[in-house]
Amino acid sequence: MHNFEYVRPKTIDEAVSALSSDEAQPLSGGQTLMPTMKARLAAPEKLVSLTAIDEMKGVRMDGDQLWIGGGTTHATVARETADSYPALSSLAGRIGDPSVRSMGTIGGSIANNDPSACYPAGALGSGATIVTNTREIAADDFFQGMFMTALEEGEIVTAVKFPIPQKAIYQKFIQPASRFPLTAVFVAHFGDNVRVAVTGASGGGVFRWTEAEEALASNFTGDAVAGLSVSAEDMISDLHGSGEYRAHLTKVMTKRAVDALA
Amino acid sequence: MPKDGGIGSSTKRREDVRFLSGTGNYTDDINLHGQLYAHFVRSDVAHGRINSIGAEAAEAMPGVVKVFTAKDFEGVGGVPCGWQITSIDGNPMQEPKHPVLAEGKVRHVGDPIAVVVAESLEQARDAGEALEIDIEMLDAVVDMKKALEPGATKVHDDLDSNLCYDWGFVQENKDAVDEAIKNADHVTTLELVNNRLVANPMEPRVAVGDYNRSTDEHTLYTTSQNPHVIRLLMGAFVLGIPEHKLRVVAPDVGGGFGTKIFHYAEEAFCTFAAKALNRPVKWTSTRSEAFMSDAHGRDHVTKIELAMDADNNFTAVRTETHANMGAYLSTFAPSVPTWLHGTLMAGNYKTPLIYVNVKAVFTNTVPVDAYRGAGRPEATFQLERVIDKAARERGVSPIELRRQNFITEFPYATPVAVEYDTGDYHATMDKVLEMSDHAGFEARAAESKKNGKLRGFGIAHYIEACGIAPSNLVGQLGARAGLYESATVRVNATGSISVMTGSHSHGQGHETSFAQVVSEMIGIDANQIDIIHGDTAKGPMGMGTYGSRSIAVGGSAMVRATEKIIAKAKKIAAHLMEASEGDIELKDGQFTVAGTDKSVAWGDVTLAAYVPHNYPLEDIEPGLEETAFYDPANFTYPSGGYVCEVEVDPETGKADVVAFSAADDFGNVINPMIVEGQVHGGVAQGFGQAMMENCAYDADGQLISASYMDYAMPRALDLPMIQVDHSCQTPCTHNPLGVKGCGEAGAIGSPPAFVNAVIDALNRGGHKVDHIDMPLSPDRIWSAMHAAK
Repeated sequence: MHNFEYVRPKTIDEAVSALSSDEAQPLSGGQTLMPTMKARLAAPEKLVSLTAIDEMKGVRMDGDQLWIGGGTTHATVARETADSYPALSSLAGRIGDPSVRSMGTIGGSIANNDPSACYPAGALGSGATIVTNTREIAADDFFQGMFMTALEEGEIVTAVKFPIPQKAIYQKFIQPASRFPLTAVFVAHFGDNVRVAVTGASGGGVFRWTEAEEALASNFTGDAVAGLSVSAEDMISDLHGSGEYRAHLTKVMTKRAVDALA
Repeated sequence: MPKDGGIGSSTKRREDVRFLSGTGNYTDDINLHGQLYAHFVRSDVAHGRINSIGAEAAEAMPGVVKVFTAKDFEGVGGVPCGWQITSIDGNPMQEPKHPVLAEGKVRHVGDPIAVVVAESLEQARDAGEALEIDIEMLDAVVDMKKALEPGATKVHDDLDSNLCYDWGFVQENKDAVDEAIKNADHVTTLELVNNRLVANPMEPRVAVGDYNRSTDEHTLYTTSQNPHVIRLLMGAFVLGIPEHKLRVVAPDVGGGFGTKIFHYAEEAFCTFAAKALNRPVKWTSTRSEAFMSDAHGRDHVTKIELAMDADNNFTAVRTETHANMGAYLSTFAPSVPTWLHGTLMAGNYKTPLIYVNVKAVFTNTVPVDAYRGAGRPEATFQLERVIDKAARERGVSPIELRRQNFITEFPYATPVAVEYDTGDYHATMDKVLEMSDHAGFEARAAESKKNGKLRGFGIAHYIEACGIAPSNLVGQLGARAGLYESATVRVNATGSISVMTGSHSHGQGHETSFAQVVSEMIGIDANQIDIIHGDTAKGPMGMGTYGSRSIAVGGSAMVRATEKIIAKAKKIAAHLMEASEGDIELKDGQFTVAGTDKSVAWGDVTLAAYVPHNYPLEDIEPGLEETAFYDPANFTYPSGGYVCEVEVDPETGKADVVAFSAADDFGNVINPMIVEGQVHGGVAQGFGQAMMENCAYDADGQLISASYMDYAMPRALDLPMIQVDHSCQTPCTHNPLGVKGCGEAGAIGSPPAFVNAVIDALNRGGHKVDHIDMPLSPDRIWSAMHAAK
């Protein structure tokens, strides 16, 4: 690892100011950035830790929405949303292993937008709102492709606000080596509409399977999905599965999610 | 009922106290005064010509002491190969030079180009990035069959081709085998890949070189399974250091699985650089480096044909294998696909005619060598898979087809040059079917079907040749070393014992189980006995631990030395009790005179040996220390029956192993708990190979499974509790303990059981799938099911 400067501000304002210098990079739980730096694949000159900012931590109800601070760890989310949003709790509780869950944060995961991460599916599938130090961004507008988001330089994910669906579930099929999703599906039923978000499968990162959403809005059964097909065209094809396989898994996982909820 | 702490007792492992409390002493725990750090700069291309290496800027950086390249090793030998194979045409194998640092060309991703030595590791790594290395990329040779095509790019320009050797065994039988296959009632053919693996011991490799200018003595601390062998290979063939000036220490070692047998360039480098710089030099592998510099395992591509008569008796087996050597010949690489593989092709079966052809091939990949089982898993896998396929083609039970062809009379001389001394394959078959509740399988399969799952039952049997090996035999077969083992038993004046063994424990629990043997023989508490290993300065020349040889060969050496101790101690006891030597009996640490109530204690005799006031000095010397070298008369032949039960999810292709039973015949067993642990570990590694692990290269020779993000290691939760039994015991007839060895069995016997179970599940579900290459990932199973529709 190369040497770097390290600051650990206590407020969002201080963090934003620290990030305004060139070559500064935010550090949250460090579950992606630290291994990358240890492998000498990244060498930021300055790390701005977001882990001491109290106003970015915690889980609470904000009206009818669930507010989760961007610096909240997966372990905390898993524990504290168990009653308010069990599907999200289950998603958070199955990320990585205990040490990853104790360090990694929701803001870090969403800002990184790894195409195989769990949280992007949870946020997009829930129709969450991403709160930053300057604005609020709908999840539909936030995730813009593999490792790409709507975030501007120096902009921090300070919180994520989740509307709570009537029922929801996260169905994950793991890649055997990394144990990230090979393909995972978050299905949320809001009464008048259904959202289906898929992660791990597409080269474009997390996406909504709108065809399934439409079919399920009028007929929320596994059979409604059975007749659909997913194109393998944009799917990731690698050592662990072909594009066809991931397309197939998208359908299987969605059907299983709906069967479990219906 | 075994004696507490003696043979047959499940004594808790004494070494676990330090391993589990974080007080082990591993090579990376060793830090010497004035130590420097070595960082290896490795090739990121599979094949290329080194035009220039600019080190000026790097050498000027803070803390950098020196940058080493191949030119610093002019006049230094290459890393040697310890086994020579002769091709069918009578020519010796092609044996390229394996330089310590790449000379002129790089030949695989990870091939070391230069080493930066600096005051700190970070300084060395920083300087490594400042090296100006100009490499002209060349076409990479990755696929073995393409590597043998005329005009293929050569990995080594000075060799005739990429063919290392073309081996035929037994060549004299080839025509008869061809004839038998031509005339057979039925021939089952199977083409398969035995996937390349990375051993991934928990502790990565480490080397620390030290040099004492006043005595001209070198010391190498290294993560090795066989420090004496490293001393011999590195001292005699690479650096030209005589044994009395070279000490090699392999302290606590965190797993080896074969990949720490071999002599590596990094060991030679640290030893060499310590003298050149007159300061200790340390190298600690990162996990990323381990993936591209530890010798890999397996990587065979095989076609096997099994011929049968009208009654399904096996009449002949013919195999053709391409075996990947990688870019250079690692220490024992040539022996793995040949003598450790071809000689096992009879398996448990009385097939009268067998012919094995192996073409070993150089490619632009990491060298391949022995990995837990080494050749024997490759033999067992193809045989047990083709038998399953044959049973399906003939419409007979795979269990009955095996039983019908089992060898039942011992000793049994196979047509592939080995003689099994003992075994009872029907007994292990009976036992494993009982353990796995074979009778209840159909009911369980019906239950699975109700839940939308396909259940499969996979059976496999195995035979392995362990306890390697008779030195005169392996010498004829091309080994450039003997394969005896040594032990020195040093009895101290007050009766405690230090045993110096040439075996090396890197997780096997020798410190416990070896002490049990000596405790049993003498009758003193095992806590009075220490087992010392891993330091060439402490024990006699030993050959180390691999090939499930430690208890069978190292244990036998220890028994022989202890027998000498007891014989001498009896003479002393006879003198002390004024009795005839022939009347002395030793029991529970007491010497008695038969038919009398006279006795002296073990401690009285040992004290007399070192304070010889009342002592037969005219007959025997004072002291009580004996050494024995044991050279086995034959291999040992552990065998067993394994059953795996899987449930396949037909929608995703995911196969869950729901039950696994192992009935092994290891002969006599010293510590059943340790043996059980060895089988668990072996089966877990077999599961890894069969279901998860896949070391993969792309067409350009880039390693695409170069980290745990893509190389899938099994975890405890991936497996059910493994049922283990070793009550079927046909003791080895030619070693004093009647033991056969248990270290590799699980990794040898289990892969075909896993695969057979999945194929059975698919066929029961109506999917006509003959074979899927390992690892049986969900993607591969799903794809095979859909291709078969």
